[in-house]
Amino acid sequence: MPVLKLLHLSPLGLLLTLLSAGTAFAQSSTQPEALHAVNRMSFGPAPGEVARVMQIGVDRYVDEQLNPERLSNPRQLSQQLDSLHTTRLSQDDLIAQYREAQQAAKKDKDIGKDERRDMVQTMTLESGEARLLRALQSPRQLEEVMVDFWFNHFNVFSGKGLDRMLVENYEREAIRPYAMGKFRDLLGATAHHPAMLFYLDNWLSVAPGYHASRRKPTIAKSSGLNENYAREVMELHTLGVDGGYSQTDVTQLARMLTGWTINPRKGRGDSAFYFDATKHDRGTKNWLGRTVSDRGQAEGEWALDVLAAAPATAHHISYKLAQYFVSDTPPAALVDRLAKRFQETNGDIRAVLNTLLTSSEFRDPKVYSAKFKTPYRYLLSSVRASGLPVTSVRPLLATAYQLGMPLYGCQTPDGYKNTEEAWLNPDAITRRVNFAVAFASGKLPFARPMDNTGDGARGIKREMKKAEDGKYNPDWASPPVDTDALLVTVAGSISPATLATINQSEPRLRAALVLGSPDFMHH
Amino acid sequence: MQRRALLQNTALASLGLLSVGQHAWAAVGDASTPSPKRLVVIFLRGAVDGLNIVVPYADSGYYSARSSIAIARPGSDGGALDLDGQFGLHPALAPLMPFWQSGKLAFVHASGSNDGTRSHFDAQDFMESGTPGRKSTPDGWLNRLLGNLPTKPGYTTPPTRAVSVGAVLPRIYAGSNPVANIANGQGATKPTLLDRPAIGSAFDKLYNKDDKLSAAYQASKQAHAEVMESLDGHSMGGTMQAEMQAANNGAPLPNGFPDDAARLATLMRSDPRVQLAFMALGGWDTHANQGAGKGQLANRLSPLGQGLGALATRLGPVLDDTVVVVMSEFGRTVRENGNGGTDHGHGNVMWLLGGPIAGGKVHGRWPGLTPSSLYEGRDLAVTTDFRQVLAEVIQQHLSLPDERVQNIFPGFPRAARSGTGVMRT
Repeated sequence: MPVLKLLHLSPLGLLLTLLSAGTAFAQSSTQPEALHAVNRMSFGPAPGEVARVMQIGVDRYVDEQLNPERLSNPRQLSQQLDSLHTTRLSQDDLIAQYREAQQAAKKDKDIGKDERRDMVQTMTLESGEARLLRALQSPRQLEEVMVDFWFNHFNVFSGKGLDRMLVENYEREAIRPYAMGKFRDLLGATAHHPAMLFYLDNWLSVAPGYHASRRKPTIAKSSGLNENYAREVMELHTLGVDGGYSQTDVTQLARMLTGWTINPRKGRGDSAFYFDATKHDRGTKNWLGRTVSDRGQAEGEWALDVLAAAPATAHHISYKLAQYFVSDTPPAALVDRLAKRFQETNGDIRAVLNTLLTSSEFRDPKVYSAKFKTPYRYLLSSVRASGLPVTSVRPLLATAYQLGMPLYGCQTPDGYKNTEEAWLNPDAITRRVNFAVAFASGKLPFARPMDNTGDGARGIKREMKKAEDGKYNPDWASPPVDTDALLVTVAGSISPATLATINQSEPRLRAALVLGSPDFMHH
Repeated sequence: MQRRALLQNTALASLGLLSVGQHAWAAVGDASTPSPKRLVVIFLRGAVDGLNIVVPYADSGYYSARSSIAIARPGSDGGALDLDGQFGLHPALAPLMPFWQSGKLAFVHASGSNDGTRSHFDAQDFMESGTPGRKSTPDGWLNRLLGNLPTKPGYTTPPTRAVSVGAVLPRIYAGSNPVANIANGQGATKPTLLDRPAIGSAFDKLYNKDDKLSAAYQASKQAHAEVMESLDGHSMGGTMQAEMQAANNGAPLPNGFPDDAARLATLMRSDPRVQLAFMALGGWDTHANQGAGKGQLANRLSPLGQGLGALATRLGPVLDDTVVVVMSEFGRTVRENGNGGTDHGHGNVMWLLGGPIAGGKVHGRWPGLTPSSLYEGRDLAVTTDFRQVLAEVIQQHLSLPDERVQNIFPGFPRAARSGTGVMRT
């Protein structure tokens, strides 16, 4: 791994690299510039990353990260991802497995329950691995950052029934492929995905007066309108709460979306989306001041076109992006420019990001380290900075839960916030410090081998039981974090005053103090 | 629940928590509070269906609008528990009936916000800022209340005067006055790595500045020390442990809310400095298959009822100085939807529990469920502003003068208020 090699540069060698980076290349960047870009466009500096960006310059880094298709995964990551089984399953497969487990539970309560628990634990673990291993190791860091952004924007909650099975597929098929694509495609993919249809109940929404025929076995009792998705798609996904729609518009859009449901046997290919014309409300609707006559599924598709193209949507998305990348209270002029770009390019996310990442507002030294890390980012940035290999993401899943941000565990459709106000509280700080101490001193089982094969699910259950008793194989402990290497990796992140305090403390605590410092809570 | 418990235990174990000597820090602050009065606010996020909690069984509109999810009349199988001949309580809340009978439980029906939004997020924001319709309010009303609580000469506000249970600090507590949050579950009461003196003092030197992070760090350490001290029973000469076990009847409480509520009660009882407390519970957004006497909503209400019961019981004599308010951002549609659920509505019911409450009564004016009396033709109307109820509690129970109530609910002038009589006089 070339990245790790940089670790072995002598301090003098590194200094020379840094100096040459400042003079030899016209487009090279200073350390603060490079650090800022890496902090915001990735989940934090890994060994050698800031030095690399100084050398190639922030502009080239932006260009590189905006074109993730040119970057391939390191072999270790590819192998780890290849070893996951559930991440190859289609929507139909996943729903079928869920139904089978339900059937088994009907036949024999105890065995069925066990099977279901195993299945759920395997899904939880593999979904977490698919996300976190990439977030830690992928060179396409901006793509991973955007997956975090869009997943929260189009949030679904894995704790709701069938969605436990579907969150990973949702991310794989509806979020990741469009993370830097066209907003309309992203909106469409989420609208059609069974995870969203299930989460916001649209799969149940039918024309008033519709009654399922008695002969056909139906998945659910449904005989009326459900306006949950129709409301949130306008309030959260597109226009924004002040985007100029009324309760009537919510109801009318819900009527237009009746019949958008889940049926794994009838959907096209591996998609479980199915438009059931018999459930569609064929009456005339009046939505956002427009008269909508009966056009079946096309009504909903057209509604998504209208929403994606609305100026309020451009503004809403731009505000959220600027808040995520620049500051909790983003400059209005930047938001306006992004919204303009969004509209000019018909919602081309890559183009909007390009404007954002090359803007003077993003590059303004005043916003360096101005964002308070979310628990998710705090954990990822700590592990990335350590340079330690990770084979098990379980400690991260568990700690994220403790910090109030379980992965795929946001119950409400607005997703997790990324502001200081949302995450800075007394308990959060000391919990982060406790994590930093445990991690830096090599007490967490990050080196546990991956094993999700065969009857791995049963294995997981046993391991969980053992872990409850505080027992795990000592071979699974990751080594302590090397303070000197860590300080090189995060150079510039820790203020001289903090460094001076750290240097006065016991050497064995220094790495923990770096990762648990107030300075490392920001990015 | 299973997974939650597993993950939590795994997490605790994986963090390598080890025991250290008790009482690494002595509790700080003046132990004698200016007032023994306490307020606990419990927020049900997701808009709970108040019509199925305090059921208007005498209103014929109720049964005609809810063919499959209505709670049956009192006396029938799975029926409501009669309150006053007009209203009945959801049967899953049976643990609360003794408090109704002893006059310590009351409800305010058809209450809520005068803002008509049906967005969860806006409505919660307005109820937590205490300023419906105004999004620019930077702080939450509970934080403003903390800043306006009576004080006395020589009193130093301890970090635990206001506590929040949960990993994140809610909007209602946003603001300049320091609030401690303690973790859900047993995490709050276990020693941590930071409790080790060498580690603690090394980090103390990094978090000794005059900024938000240092303040948060210090507040957390002090709160943790106080919670550890209170809950391990030392401050009560060991009696607390024995009492907790007696109240348990030896049986462990189920995970989740009942557990957290019991822990909060123990903390409040043994630490008189805790005057304000807040907890939130989610999972009330029942758009589909909410059930009636049994089912999804009943399954959520059951631990809520148990938890409130545990809270009230464990507060013991302190319940006489405590008001517990349970509220939610808005109610749900009167008519059930096509999926055996309900959609976002307007008016709801507020719950009040405690010694100072004028209990055994459903307060507020009942607007009825006839089509013409519904808000926008579909929802229970609001006849009592939620701020009215809170203002009365704050003014009479916490003894705040009128001008201070004004600070807590700006834009809700005295002229707009009219007493509901929820407090015993």
